Amino acid sequence: MPRTVRDVVFVDGVRTPFGKAGPKGIYHETRADDLVVKAIRELLRRNPDLDPARIDEVALAATTQIGDQGLTLGRTAGILAGLPTSVPGYSIDRMCAGAMTAVTAVAGGVSLGAYDIAVAGGVEHMGRHPMGEGVDPNPRFVSDKLVDESALFMGMTAENLHDRYPGISKQRADEYAVRSQEKAAKAYADGKIQADLVPVAVRRTNAEAGETGWGLATADEPMRPGTTLESLAGLKTPFRPHGRVTAGNAAGLNDGATASLIAAEDVARELGLPVKMRLVSYAFAGVEPEVMGIGPVPATEKALAKAGLTIGDIGLFEINEAFAVQVLAMLDHFGIPEDDARVNQYGGAIAFGHPLASSGVRLMTQLARQFEDQPHVRYGLTSMCVGFGMGGTVIWENPHFDGGNK
Amino acid sequence: MSTPTSELLKGAAELFPDEVVTQAHVRHLELPGGGGNFALITLDNGLDHTKPTTFGPQSLANLDAAVDQVEKEAAEGTIVGIGITGKPFIFAVGADLKGVELLKRHEDALAIGKGGHDVFRRLSHLAVPTFAYYNGAAMGGGVEVGLHCSYRTVSSSIAAFSLPEVFLGLVPGWGGCALLPNLIGADKAVSVIIENSLNQNRQLKAGQVYELGIADAIFEGADFLEQSLIWTSAVLRGELQVQRPEIDRGEAWDAAVARGRFVADSKVHGAAPAAYRALDIIEAAKSGDLAAGFDAEDQALADLIMGGELRSGIYAFNLVQKRAKRPAGAPDKSLARPVTKVGVVGAGLMASQLALLFLRRLEVPVVLTDIDQERIDKGVGYVHTEIEKLRGKGRINQDKANRLKALVTGVLDKAEGFADADFVIEAVFEEMSVKQQVFAEVEAVAPAHAILATNTSSLSITEMASKLQHPERVVGFHFFNPVAVLPLLEIVRGEKTDDASLATAFGVARKLKKSAVLVKDAPAFVVNRILTRFMGEIQNVIDEGTPVAVAEKAVEPLGLPMSPLVLLELVGPAIGLHVSETLNRAFPDRFTVSPNLAAVVKAGKRGFYVYDSGKPELDPEVAALLKQGDSVLTEEQVRTRVMDAVAQEIRLMLDEGVVAEPQDIDLCLITGAGWPFHLGGITPYLDREGYSERATGRKFLAQGVASVPA
Repeated sequence: MPRTVRDVVFVDGVRTPFGKAGPKGIYHETRADDLVVKAIRELLRRNPDLDPARIDEVALAATTQIGDQGLTLGRTAGILAGLPTSVPGYSIDRMCAGAMTAVTAVAGGVSLGAYDIAVAGGVEHMGRHPMGEGVDPNPRFVSDKLVDESALFMGMTAENLHDRYPGISKQRADEYAVRSQEKAAKAYADGKIQADLVPVAVRRTNAEAGETGWGLATADEPMRPGTTLESLAGLKTPFRPHGRVTAGNAAGLNDGATASLIAAEDVARELGLPVKMRLVSYAFAGVEPEVMGIGPVPATEKALAKAGLTIGDIGLFEINEAFAVQVLAMLDHFGIPEDDARVNQYGGAIAFGHPLASSGVRLMTQLARQFEDQPHVRYGLTSMCVGFGMGGTVIWENPHFDGGNK
Repeated sequence: MSTPTSELLKGAAELFPDEVVTQAHVRHLELPGGGGNFALITLDNGLDHTKPTTFGPQSLANLDAAVDQVEKEAAEGTIVGIGITGKPFIFAVGADLKGVELLKRHEDALAIGKGGHDVFRRLSHLAVPTFAYYNGAAMGGGVEVGLHCSYRTVSSSIAAFSLPEVFLGLVPGWGGCALLPNLIGADKAVSVIIENSLNQNRQLKAGQVYELGIADAIFEGADFLEQSLIWTSAVLRGELQVQRPEIDRGEAWDAAVARGRFVADSKVHGAAPAAYRALDIIEAAKSGDLAAGFDAEDQALADLIMGGELRSGIYAFNLVQKRAKRPAGAPDKSLARPVTKVGVVGAGLMASQLALLFLRRLEVPVVLTDIDQERIDKGVGYVHTEIEKLRGKGRINQDKANRLKALVTGVLDKAEGFADADFVIEAVFEEMSVKQQVFAEVEAVAPAHAILATNTSSLSITEMASKLQHPERVVGFHFFNPVAVLPLLEIVRGEKTDDASLATAFGVARKLKKSAVLVKDAPAFVVNRILTRFMGEIQNVIDEGTPVAVAEKAVEPLGLPMSPLVLLELVGPAIGLHVSETLNRAFPDRFTVSPNLAAVVKAGKRGFYVYDSGKPELDPEVAALLKQGDSVLTEEQVRTRVMDAVAQEIRLMLDEGVVAEPQDIDLCLITGAGWPFHLGGITPYLDREGYSERATGRKFLAQGVASVPA
């Protein structure tokens, strides 16, 4: 049977506002599955031309697939969201790159012709499921010296990255973090973020956390507009005495969910669905787990090579800010100035938060909005580092591209 | 802050120290789409959804305090609107009945009505619009608090929505009677307040709440509150206008009230005041004068709270809701044995109905046996037909129909059918020797642990078991016709019945979703004995010379579902005669066999009435058969005689230990004979009207159990 590889497009993406994990966070009494259900429902509400029965797959990522993030979330959240029972689903895990992997996995299926339309997204409720919950690392990792013990603790791997690149100082990391907060605040002020958020009703019964009763989450809780270098300077370095990584120059522990619609371009056009980005290539790569933050470098090189592009062809970057040092390492590698206007225009995870397996789709949603606003840009990429020494990069083409006549 | 309202509620709260208190949390949020700062009140009693949120006096005081706060914020302009919603799955289910039961004085009852009004009506007098979000079960005062708001939304997932006050013996008295007709029109309001209440407290579905116009918008449960708030934002920003149809304040209003009275007459026959009081207020609400309507509600509430019908209604409600679920005297559940296969002896109509019930509820193999294959085929065929009907109505799907049909079988050979049955019930001819023979045959083939149950309505369980090797496993299992409709199951303990068998029987009853009452092995058990004494006394006065019409009218003030002779027609005169003969043998001094009834049966008549004119009229052929004496009583005299007899019989039954308490008698009459809530079954009525004291020297229930406390 002759086959044609089909173009895959990013139709739309939404997310819940991100919350701070913990007893005072907005989502402390909200279930993880409910978060992702609200995102899926919003996606369908925003695209009324899509008959939900046309969805061929629901791929949802979560790092800790226990309790309200377990039970094959892709399937159960689909049912909870009101999708027809004929729509299947599954769960997926690549830690921080969970939602990104959900997108690339269903994109592969679309390209092959196995799916016409799929939902891909992720959720992480780090308050209900703290990092490391229920893990049982094989003792051979350490006994056989497969990895250093620090590889299991992301903050320590970030410190290791500072060691590897002595040129990336705490000062640079803090400066980067301040810029991220500034850009995020501006993006909010410009209304770039809110349009892709679904409000979530949140209940609070603990008066110590604030007003009790039902409330509504409409904005990202972790944001710290007005952050200054001075305010960051005094923060503790929890991963190492006199270290460089602080709560200020890293993403926090967060709760949130994302969902996107991925489709074959011809099907999207036929159904009159928006085409916000066209997939060009993607790649995942492995690095030493002790310096997982460098993962985006080989992943990006691979993805560029597969696309036949160079870094100079990329007009917009959405890089997940798990740690400032990790973004700086990548920028340094490619010779991009750390305040380059193409990079993280809306700020990043240092400001918005990083609910692990959900973040990949946040990058895409933001890149899609930037594409729409900047038709002179042809290519952009979304990239992130992944625990245990990995990186992932997806390169996208702007369907609004106007030939570069700025 | 001390206000007249807070003082009033403080006083009321002191009368009800055990109130489960509802908090009214105020939380602020930003409405989506730049709608502004919004105050959302959450009603929450701090317990899970199995303990629904209610309004007692302290709860009202908490809501009052929350309104103080938002009123101030609204006046200062720091909020653009106010919402009110509930904890997960529950909005609020109205007044706390426990608090109502405690009230002893008219003025205290008045205070409860007024307290609720004073708090709720503030929601319609604030400087910003108010919104109710019916997120879950809403009843009574829960519905009413929303009616005072400017706008309402409803979740498509709500489990219950009603104004059930009239069902219990109250009126919707925190604004319901006055506000609802002014919101949706009198006719729809009559349907909700009167008709649904009097139809076993029928609930509205979410779609109806919206279609009736009670809610302005409906949203799916999965993100109900989010969508309600987005909708609120659009309304407040003027993006969305809420349209409500014009109310017809002309003749349609009067016609609706007249229809309500007709419905009330046909259900309670004037015997219970609540529906009529509600209709009076709905009628007056035509003027649109809400303040007058609220005052009338306060008065009606206070009068009804101090009246016997409401107290009986609450008593009856608690019997059906609580006592029916924890039958008095039932052995510990843990003794029950599993029932994984059921045998039915007989394949006639009753047996087939039982087979269908066991099949549907237990979903285990059910085997019918009878004396020939033809009867068996007919019985199994009946069950199959009924399953198909259920499938046709969409009550079960094809898979379930296939499953149920495959589970029901019939065999001639009891040994083959019952060898692995855990529970065998017989529904053969009502004759002791036949039943003994059947049980002997079953015992020979069934496992040693199998329960042997009998659906006898009059024979002795002890005697039926007496010739068996294992009489301890015989249990009476007396259903009421129609089996699928009437909830009562009289479970009869024979002299030798052991606890494990009894516990198994109660376990099966629970799965059958029946209200089981434990009954001693006594002639005709509970319902048939009381009904037969009741009907027998009516028949006696007719035989002695009172006209049929007078005898029938005498008991109309009770508001029974049907007159005695219409009931006799439903049961069948022949069966009525048979039961009276049985009881006459047991208690010849109190139960007579009417020669007139015998003559009617002998003439092959199926009842006393003909319906040629559309109304029941004494059949001339029956009239010709009647041989009456010359003692003519008045209605009052008949009523006294009949109710005295009923009171005497119940006292004797309690003294014999037929059931544990008068509550069980009442539960049986409500669930097995359909006797109404406003009578509380019957003993509250007998106490209230003085029959029990006259006939037996004392009341059945202590003061306060189904009456205003001392």
